[in-house]
Amino acid sequence: MTKIFKHIQTPVVPLAIENIDTDQIIPARFLKATTRDGFGNNLFRDWRFDENDQPKPDFVLNNPTYSGKVLVAGKNFGCGSSREHAAWAIADYGFDAVVSSFFADIFKGNALNNGLLPVQVSDDFLQKIFDAVAADHTAEVEIDLENQFIKISATGEQESFEVNAYKKACMINGYDDIDYILSQKNKIEEFEEVR
Amino acid sequence: MGQTLFDKIWDAHVVSSAEGFPDILYIDTHFIHEVTSPQAFDGLRQRGLPVFRPQQTVATADHNVPTWDQHLPIKEELSRYQVDMLTKNCKEFGIELYGLGHPYQGIVHVIGPELGITRPGGTYVCGDSHTSTHGAFGAIAFGIGTSQVEQVLATQCLLQSRPKRMKIEVNGKLQNGVGAKDIILYIIAQISAAGGTGYAVEYAGDTIRSLSMEGRMTICNMSIEMGARCGLIAPDETTINYVKGREFAPKGEEWDKAVAYWQTLYSDDDAAFDSVLTFRAEDIEPMITYGTNPGMGIGVTQYVPETASFDVKEQVSYKKALDYMGLHDDEQLLGKPIDYVFIGSCTNSRIEDLRQVAEFVKGKHKADNVTVWVVPGSKQVQEQAIREGLDKIFDAAGFPLREPGCSACLGMNEDKIPAGKYCVSTSNRNFEGRQGPNSRTFLASPLTAAASAITGKVTDIREFLKEEELV
Repeated sequence: MTKIFKHIQTPVVPLAIENIDTDQIIPARFLKATTRDGFGNNLFRDWRFDENDQPKPDFVLNNPTYSGKVLVAGKNFGCGSSREHAAWAIADYGFDAVVSSFFADIFKGNALNNGLLPVQVSDDFLQKIFDAVAADHTAEVEIDLENQFIKISATGEQESFEVNAYKKACMINGYDDIDYILSQKNKIEEFEEVR
Repeated sequence: MGQTLFDKIWDAHVVSSAEGFPDILYIDTHFIHEVTSPQAFDGLRQRGLPVFRPQQTVATADHNVPTWDQHLPIKEELSRYQVDMLTKNCKEFGIELYGLGHPYQGIVHVIGPELGITRPGGTYVCGDSHTSTHGAFGAIAFGIGTSQVEQVLATQCLLQSRPKRMKIEVNGKLQNGVGAKDIILYIIAQISAAGGTGYAVEYAGDTIRSLSMEGRMTICNMSIEMGARCGLIAPDETTINYVKGREFAPKGEEWDKAVAYWQTLYSDDDAAFDSVLTFRAEDIEPMITYGTNPGMGIGVTQYVPETASFDVKEQVSYKKALDYMGLHDDEQLLGKPIDYVFIGSCTNSRIEDLRQVAEFVKGKHKADNVTVWVVPGSKQVQEQAIREGLDKIFDAAGFPLREPGCSACLGMNEDKIPAGKYCVSTSNRNFEGRQGPNSRTFLASPLTAAASAITGKVTDIREFLKEEELV
């Protein structure tokens, strides 16, 4: 079953870097695990910790003034490797959604399959969120999946976002892709016979 | 209205299409490897499901294997456990495994084509983004996440929305010393690391047509580096000749039937693309990347762009990339000393790549300041190289030929570039830390990498070729 997501209101963690690839989100040397658990400990490993495993104080995840369930990042988030471990790491760390002005395809699909909502906003709206957090570290956003909008709580500014209708239903109701496809097993077998 | 090649193949694989739902797409062959499959098998066990079509699933160990002394047990415990887990899962679920020591073992995107498993008109997926490689045969092939690996294991199908279609044409004659890798690095530099996102890209034009299958694989391989869902090239005589006679290629009557179908696989003249881009082969120099995504590439004689030439919003990320690489505005990479050269990866580890490098380095020797690794794409490539005596040429040049695997492309095994060191690499990604924590990658062609290994610095292969013509 997919993790359920409907609505959240939360402060955000800003990461105004573009083209954040999945090797940054979770470096390959941490992909040796054979379960889905614990990847949050190594989320953004090489930006977060130095070569002696000490936290780098200037990285946003090590700054206690920022917290919240939403990661806000620059455009083309999640490019590169198809590793789902990136979505697992972000979700395992405690995020429920990622906001960016552009997502790489495979990451977006992986996130949706793990109850982690990718919210694609305009460049302008992304900047407004960054500005709001710069003005007040505790600034909150509200994300409503049912009605497909994101709002900056302090200013009331909001924008609607796109989400595939099927994936939206999966996230709101906890539906699962495999159950859906297997419900059509007879069609798969028919297809195999006639082709 | 005619159809694109992509749509012809897609339509032939739609099991079910319902309004408001992604299509259920049938997958001909599912490739799996040790890193992105264990959690998918766990999922099947939790659901109590078998693998739906084990005979359409092919497994190999490539990402996390050593490339030296492969006959010995894997030293690193977690890596050994992960590879053992693949063996155990394949046995339990009845899947053919080309594991370490098997004559067909190798990088998943090298072995599929060389075994004749990858064919025109097919659909191929793998839990690896460079699955786009297989599109070179005129097939739909793309990378998927582990939840989708589980989905395909359970159903032999994938829920997938149809992407938009883009055509990229390259026409004209390439300069001497410029090859497939330079073409794709040039295209990505022109349209950016996100320029293909949301599209299936068909490569066309006489320059593309003139490439060998291995060159076409290099092009399609890096489709994902511009964000594209997949890349593909219409099959032709070159494709058919390549597939013919391979281990799992159709034989006899089946072969004739298959070829007749493959000959219908092209984009109709009046097919509509959502986007069409055209490039001139003559404009392409030997390419090299200077930054931390594959879109940050320049001709080898050009200069690193100025920060001020970017939009203010982009400057922070740009400066971060240059700082990481230890480079500055307006710097020329040509002549910059390097520390490592890596020739390998699913982009450039096939026999033609090794032949080209061997021909160039014959009678030459690497510079003292450079460590060179040549990692063949598969056991079959390695054996072929040895049969042709390439290993001896490499040895004499100080280019040891290692054993097959993904190796320093992603630094999962012990083949890592040390912090701060520069590596000219024939792989596909120059992300921060990709080849090892704080390593610095310059992506380039096998010829540029080989020439740079000889001189010990970033080198314009054309200068070498000119001199050799004079001799």
